[in-house]
Order: sequence, then C-alpha cells, then structure tokens
Amino acid sequence: MRAEASPDRTVAVRRGGAALLLLLLLALTTTVVAPAARAAAATCTPDEATACLHVTVTQPGTGPVAGARVTVEGPGGETEATTDASGRASVALDAPGDHTVTVDESTLPAGTVLRDPAANAVTIPVALGRAAGRIFPVVAAGAEGGDSGPAPSPTDGTSPGDDSTGTAPADETGEGTESSAGPGTNRVAQLVLAGLVFGVLLALASLGANLIYGTTGLSNFAHGELVTLGGMTAFMAVQWWDLPLWLGIVVATLVGAAVGWLLNRLVFAPLRRRGVGITQQMIVTIGLALAGLSLFLFFFGAQPAPVVSGISQRIQLGPVQISGQSLLSVAVALVVLGAVALTLSRTRLGRATRAVSDNPALAAATGIKVETIIGGVWVVSAALASLGGVLLALYLNSTRFNFGSTLLLLMFAAITLGGLGSPLGAVVGAVVIGLVVELSTLVLPSDMRYASALVILILVLLIRPQGILGRAERIG
Amino acid sequence: MDFGQLFTNVLNEMTGPTAIAYALAAIGLNIHFGLTGLINMGQAGFMLLGAYGFAVSTIAGAPLWLAFLVAVGAAVLFALLLGIPTLKLRGDYLAIVTIAAAEIVRMVGRSTALTELTGGAEGLTGNSFKSTFQDASPFPDDRWALGPITLATNASNSWWLRIVGWVLVALACLLVWRLVRSPWGRVLRGIREDEDAVRALGKNVYSYKLQALVLGGVFGALGGVVFVLASSVQADSLGRPVTFNTWTILLLGGAATVLGPVLGSLLFWAALVFVRGFLRGAVPTEVLSVQQVEQIGWVLVGLTLVLLIVFRPQGILGDKKELAINAR
Repeated sequence: MRAEASPDRTVAVRRGGAALLLLLLLALTTTVVAPAARAAAATCTPDEATACLHVTVTQPGTGPVAGARVTVEGPGGETEATTDASGRASVALDAPGDHTVTVDESTLPAGTVLRDPAANAVTIPVALGRAAGRIFPVVAAGAEGGDSGPAPSPTDGTSPGDDSTGTAPADETGEGTESSAGPGTNRVAQLVLAGLVFGVLLALASLGANLIYGTTGLSNFAHGELVTLGGMTAFMAVQWWDLPLWLGIVVATLVGAAVGWLLNRLVFAPLRRRGVGITQQMIVTIGLALAGLSLFLFFFGAQPAPVVSGISQRIQLGPVQISGQSLLSVAVALVVLGAVALTLSRTRLGRATRAVSDNPALAAATGIKVETIIGGVWVVSAALASLGGVLLALYLNSTRFNFGSTLLLLMFAAITLGGLGSPLGAVVGAVVIGLVVELSTLVLPSDMRYASALVILILVLLIRPQGILGRAERIG
Repeated sequence: MDFGQLFTNVLNEMTGPTAIAYALAAIGLNIHFGLTGLINMGQAGFMLLGAYGFAVSTIAGAPLWLAFLVAVGAAVLFALLLGIPTLKLRGDYLAIVTIAAAEIVRMVGRSTALTELTGGAEGLTGNSFKSTFQDASPFPDDRWALGPITLATNASNSWWLRIVGWVLVALACLLVWRLVRSPWGRVLRGIREDEDAVRALGKNVYSYKLQALVLGGVFGALGGVVFVLASSVQADSLGRPVTFNTWTILLLGGAATVLGPVLGSLLFWAALVFVRGFLRGAVPTEVLSVQQVEQIGWVLVGLTLVLLIVFRPQGILGDKKELAINAR
C-alpha cells in the first residue's frame, strides 16, 4: 500500500531523513551533557585515629575497574565506596579490628566476574595509623576457570553466555587420545587411525540428527546436548552409582531414548500439530540447547567428568597404537551403525521411515502412521546421540558440560557433507570430517583442527551443495 | 535485600555498553531476518570481526576513523564471502554456513598461531586499543553521577561510550525506519514473503539478499566495536551464545519492527540482571552459589526463547500477520 507513495514525496522524505541524520551527527560531535554531581574522590591518610583500607579492583591485562561498589563492614559500622578510574576505593576507618570487604559483583563491568568468587567477602585486620590493602582481580566471564591464571575455586563455573571458552574444552585445544602416539608408531598412519576412529564415533552421534532432518526437515541444534546427556549419564552411572561400564552405556542409551520421547511428546509433536514452521522449530531447538548447556553447567560444573578413571592399556597394531577403550568404542559403534543400516534397508519399519522422509503426505496416504514413525525416529535419534556421547567420552577420556555443543558443528558438517537426510551419507561425511580433523594437525596448529573441518564444509557446499551422497536436486 | 541497589544495577546494565552492543547486533539481525528472511546464525562472527578490525588496526597505529572503517570493511568482506556461495541455496544451508563461519573466526582468533596479532585465547587488552576512542571524547577525565549511576566520563564503561553507543543505535533505527519504507525495503520484504514472486517481477533476488546480508553485518560489526570498547577483545566472549542471545533479543522485541531490537535488548539485560540480583539476594549462597545463579539466568534465557517462539513468535512489538517466520 505504501507503494503508491508518489516519487516526489519519497524524495522529499528521504531528504528530510538525510537532514535529520546530519543533525544527529552534529549532535554526536558537539554533545554537551549537563555535568552531574561529581563523586567525591576521597583520599585517605592514616593517623592515630584513622586507619585506611585500600581496595583495588583490577582486570589483569585490561586495567583497573572503575565503578565497582565495595562494602566494608567492621566494628565501626558499614561503609560503602566505589572504585575510581584507577580501580581503587579508599575507606577511612575509625575503629580497629577485623573488617569484612565485599565487592558487589553486579557492579563489575558487563561480561566480567571476580577471578576468585570464593575469596569475595574477605576479612582484613585493620590497625589505627596503618593502611591495609587488598586487590580483587577480575576476569572476563568464562575465563575464570581457564587460561587466565590460577583458578582457586574448585567449583568455579563459566557462564554459557560467554561460552565454550576460557575453560577450553579438552577436545578443542588438546589432542584426541589416539592422535598422540607413543614411540614405535608412524605419525601419519596413527593420525589416519585416529581420524577413522573419531569419524566412526562422530557418525554414530550425528546419525540421529540426520534421521530427524530426513523425516521432519528440522536441524536440531539441541543434538549436541543429547550427546552431552549420554556422556554425563554414563559418568554418573559409573562414578557415582558404581555401575559397571557396560551397564552405564545401557543406562545412558535408555535415558537418551526417554529424553528423545519426551522432547517429541512434549515439545515437537504439539508444534507440528499446530503447524508451526520449521524455522520456528529450529529456533526452539536453539533455546533448548542454551537451556540444556546451562543446566549441565549448573549440575556438573565446568570441570571434566571422566567416565572411566585410569588410563586404558594401549595395544600395538603394526605401525599404530590404539587404546583398548577406543577399540571397544569403535566396535560398539560399528555394530550399532550396522544394525541401524540393516533396519533402515531391510525391515518394514525402516522402509516406512524412508517413505516418510521421502514424502510424508504420500506415506500417510499409503497407510503409514507418519506421527508414530516420527516419534520413533526421535527416540532412536536421541538414543544414538547418547550412546555416541558415551563412546566419544570414552575415546576423548572425559566428558564436560559443553562437550556436545563443541561437537555439534562437526556433526552438522558431517551430515551436510554426506548429504542432508541421507543416513549412509552421514557416515561417510563423518569419516571424512574425522580424517580432516586429525590429518590437518600435520600442517596446522592443533587448536585449529576443528576450524579446518568447518572450512571443508563450506568448500563442499560451494562445489557440491547436495553433499557427497545426497541426491542432486534443485535446492535454490 | 537492597532493592534500591538492585534497581540501580538493572538501570546501569540496561543503558550500558553490553545492551547497546546487543541492540546494534539485533538491528543488524533484524535486517537479515526480519526484513529479508535470511537465517543468519553467525552474527557473533560479524561482531568479533568488527572488534578485531577495530582493535588490530588501532594497535597498528590507525586513527579512530580508519579503525572504524576497517571494522566495517571486515564485516562487508565477511558478508560477501559468506553470501556469494550460500545465498543461492536453501535457507537452512545459510544457517549452517554462517554458524560454522562464525566459529571459524573464533577458533582462528583464539589460535596460538596468531598470538602476535590477536593475542590468542587471552585476547587483546582494552588499554592497547581504547586510547584513540577515549582521546576523541570532549569531556574532561572525571567521574559524573546522573541519578543513581556514577561512571567515569571517558575510561572503559564510560558516559562517553554510552553516548556514542546510543547515538549509533538511534542512527541505525532511523536508517532501518527509512529503509523499511523505501522501494528497496519493499523488495526485501517481498523476498521474505515470496522469493519466486519477486524474481518473477524481474528483481535480482540474489543481489538484494547479498546487500541485506552486508548491511546487517555492518551493524553487527559496530555492535562488536562497542562491546569491546567497554572491556577487551577476547574471541571466546563473542562465541555462539552471543548469536543465540541476539536472536532471543530480536524475537523478544519483535522482528520486522524498527524499535523491536532496541526494546528487546533493554528488556533482556534488565531481566537478566534483575533475576540474578534477586536470586543472589533472596537465596543464601549455601543453596545456590554465585555461578549457579548465573547459570539459572541462562537457563531462563533459553526457556524464554522457546516460549516466545511457541506462544508469541511476533514478539512484543511485532505484527503476527507481518511475520510468518518461515524462511526457505
């Protein structure tokens, strides 16, 4: 309806807009703000009746933190001060004795937290005629457990708002277990083996996401959290409840299946029934992923959670070595992948699933219960993700709250590479990704190895957007 | 519990650099998604590139205006690089490629191989690149109080940064407001509703999408610059969750509206700070540690996103008829 606006009017309005823009720009350069009341910058010198307490809040590497509110509580009552531009707050005290100093963390600059929250509210003895001091280091949120110096508090967590990060997940900076070879191995052969192992495990974890995509068209961003769920459940089963490992794996798979059923039953089935679009459903999965990540952090903290403690024995196979644990993981993964492939290709259920992913309307018309199939796919998908999570945790030695979310993009890369919606393609894609990730360490620093897999993903989309095994169809 | 202090904190955060940065990023995302229907899952990548562009060029000795240009230029390049291969493909491909590309930027930025340039995982300290911006301030170095908020005039999280930031937000809103009503904006909305129809009218859909991607990315980069001017450049502080938060903000305020992203950002940060402050005051630390309170905040953000999209996909200011959210 606005299309009828006459050209003259549009031009006039545009000129008006330009003038307004210019005015605002002028305002920007010459803005004068009414100078508000100045904060008294009280300095303190100790004498017989006065003690001084200097509290400094500083971010190592960035500089002093101004505007942090400091509360000093002692025999003489409670005093509040705010740090100045040099990060310092000086409080004059007239009573000797122990004083409790607290930095109000909500007044720290956005995105920063105290490096050692456990040492907040610290007690400092003060004597008249003397000055006492205390420094509170501040770090960017998400860094407090990680690389920025000692992490004193055992429970320190990171906010997933600044995510995956400072607390570098073992698998983002470190080496996979199989890629670091001992003596008597050939480096390239060892890396190829590591890539194949990682690829097979990744295939198992990502297969579920591909099945969901095939049957419903949904890219499930919460799939990574299902992987973490598996690893964490196995961790709890083995470490907390003292179950044997095989039972832990079964429990994790069952819990995954149950969560998949619940997700479909409570969230996605109602959404589909209401005809909510795929994009909306995708954003729902993003919300679930964010909530899930924070929940894991809430319950398990940021520290690594090893499913099995102790180091598994390495077995020499020709020019390569592999740990018994990895061998077991790969064997389980291969058996399960084979079972899924057989089910999909040989059974009625598998044929029905493929029919739904081919054309839901037509499948429904031939008497297939589309909703039941999709429900089953959700259960299988989540169970596979959980199982993959346990096996990957065994392979990488431990799991962690953001374990799955760091792998999520690799899983997406695998299924996109293989061809969205083609289950066999996901396996091929995952193996390619596994090999790229491991072999890239020959030429690139190892902390860029995940990035190299994502570069491959983008390159393949450029050349062959339907993926390696996907059907060539118009997708533009 | 000290409610006065709590509300001061809320007010401080609402008007602070983080809220400004997210508002700018959400305005950019609104051009992508609200106007054009592009699913950009890598807005944090644009922010991070803007931040690196600004900081690295300043450290290399560039004056303020050039540093801003470099930040903008980095975002333009990134948008072209992403858009040229993927905008011809289906919408979910763009989503996966943008999220992957943003992660690549983050991983390369934090890599030890580039420590000389980007500072690796430690990042670039604020003092190494803030001086040109702070020197451009017309104010004397001081601390001013306005109402309950007392801030430095120039250093880090300062009045100067807030003023520049909000003026940028206002300019961005003004631009979007004009664009929505321009013939160009009508073509974009046409693409969002029915790409084939627009193509049938003889418009070059691909080129329009690319222009939208570039423009929105530039706002993302400006958001990134504001974000790091208050703290430091650290690759991990602009990771995937930043993109997700930006989406929440956009959908909360209302996609395809002019002021939705700004309102969303204000409410998002106010609510987050309020919930955390309230829980800290109301629940003893033996029950919930400070970190756990923080995490509860993020759980609520995730659930808010789910509930919003299910029950009010148009957000607070949006028009349900205007936005069916069904990009292809």
